[in-house]
Amino acid sequence: MDLLTFSILAVLLVFFAAIVILHPSPVYSALSLALVMSLLAVYFFFLDAHLLGWFQIIVYAGAVMVLFLFVIMLLNLQNDPHEHQPQSLRAAAGIGGVVLAIELLLLFNRTTTPDSQHALPEGFGTVLSLSEKLFTDFLLPFEITSILLLVAAVGAVVLAKR
Amino acid sequence: MDFVITAILTVFILANIMNLGGLLLWVERKGSAVLQDRIGANRAALLGKLPLNIGIINTLVADPIKLFTKEDFIPPNADRLLHALAPAIAMVPALISFIAIPFGDVLVIGGREISLQAANLNVGILYILGMVSLGVYGIVLAGWASNNRWALLGGIRASAQMISYEIAMGLALIGVIMLYGTLDLQEIARAQGYMIWGIIPGWGIFYQPVAFIIFLAAGIAESKRVPFDLPEAESELISGYFTEYSGAKQATFMLVDFLESIVVAGLVTTLFFGGWQVPFVMRDGLHLPGDIFYPLPSLLVTLIQFGAFMTKLAFFCWLQIMIRWTVPRFRYDQLINLGWKILLPIALANVLVTALLILIFQAK
Repeated sequence: MDLLTFSILAVLLVFFAAIVILHPSPVYSALSLALVMSLLAVYFFFLDAHLLGWFQIIVYAGAVMVLFLFVIMLLNLQNDPHEHQPQSLRAAAGIGGVVLAIELLLLFNRTTTPDSQHALPEGFGTVLSLSEKLFTDFLLPFEITSILLLVAAVGAVVLAKR
Repeated sequence: MDFVITAILTVFILANIMNLGGLLLWVERKGSAVLQDRIGANRAALLGKLPLNIGIINTLVADPIKLFTKEDFIPPNADRLLHALAPAIAMVPALISFIAIPFGDVLVIGGREISLQAANLNVGILYILGMVSLGVYGIVLAGWASNNRWALLGGIRASAQMISYEIAMGLALIGVIMLYGTLDLQEIARAQGYMIWGIIPGWGIFYQPVAFIIFLAAGIAESKRVPFDLPEAESELISGYFTEYSGAKQATFMLVDFLESIVVAGLVTTLFFGGWQVPFVMRDGLHLPGDIFYPLPSLLVTLIQFGAFMTKLAFFCWLQIMIRWTVPRFRYDQLINLGWKILLPIALANVLVTALLILIFQAK
């Protein structure tokens, strides 16, 4: 991934991420969030992680954000006029943002730039290599995650039945 | 050179399915008339002279002219931007998902082997599933942007329905993926090119009949056609999510429906009916049972395979239209129950049984 592609994608991504929090209409915010998810998937494609990219699109843009939109439309949320937000909430959000930015800067200084000339291992990002890793080296985390998701699904059904 | 080849293949396949989409409109009008014992479209014969009174000119030429010259009305309280964008957002995923479906084995030109598939993706199935899941955005946005309660209801129904049936669809595909061990649609089509006991073609349907039925049902639900046309529901919601659309935009939504059923037909063909495979025809010629062999030129084999693929594709498009005009519509609760309580458990059981059978036969 060269610098030009990265920059164009980054500008688009930040632009739509800004729309998510700045646009008064919840539908536009949700749509921009879906676009942000899809643009992240484009990053994965350029980094040769095709499988991960498509999972990103199917799960986040295709399922999670559609459910968001579903809820927004079902409740028929109107435009949010930003004024009625309490001052303390804004202050908290500001402090949180500053702390996050400092953390990011510290992390950015610590990471070494990966060698972009370094050739990728054979079959990088394919279904075969990814699932092999998933079912050998990372079997325990994988199974624990499945159980967590199962618990969440069962919990949702139980709560819905009340 | 590779880029030129890819561009030609893409344009070729897109033109092909757009043509098929237009033709399906005629098949739908005339087919519904036949099923309902009507005559159907039979006017606008060429120059009023040729005996082409089967209405094909009518539907292919007169209908689009009519639709594209009608007033393009935007309701005063609609969200103008999203109202205009929604048909395009619905169109793009339906149109580009077909590029991952192979329509032939290889075309040999000047010693160069060209795989007849516009985009050779090693995650082809996931790509199409991703596009299918993005297809709901156009529908939902059309429903919301129209600022009409019927349209909104249609959009909400569409999002719930498509998410529910995506799960059954994906799980039905897992059995097929386990069987062939790849997500590449060209590889899957190639793997179906042998004969069981020398006479039955080794197509996916003979190994995964349950997955086929679940996939076809979920696929029809994904393309929002009767018996799953709750988002449109003419008798309840006027026209559902595209109630407030007219002219070319409404035509776009109609075309999207047809394109989606073509994509479903293409997937069914590739996964369960051998794709471009023709029984007994291999890459070098005709292999009949009893070691009879006729060599065929490579170009002829490619043409036969492409013809076979288009025939199978047209058959499944026709089948979906026949289902549409034969089966009555579900009630909304029946639709959701069918998706979650019937198709999903059967698909899960299919995955388990397939896994068990693969283990048993591999252990042997």
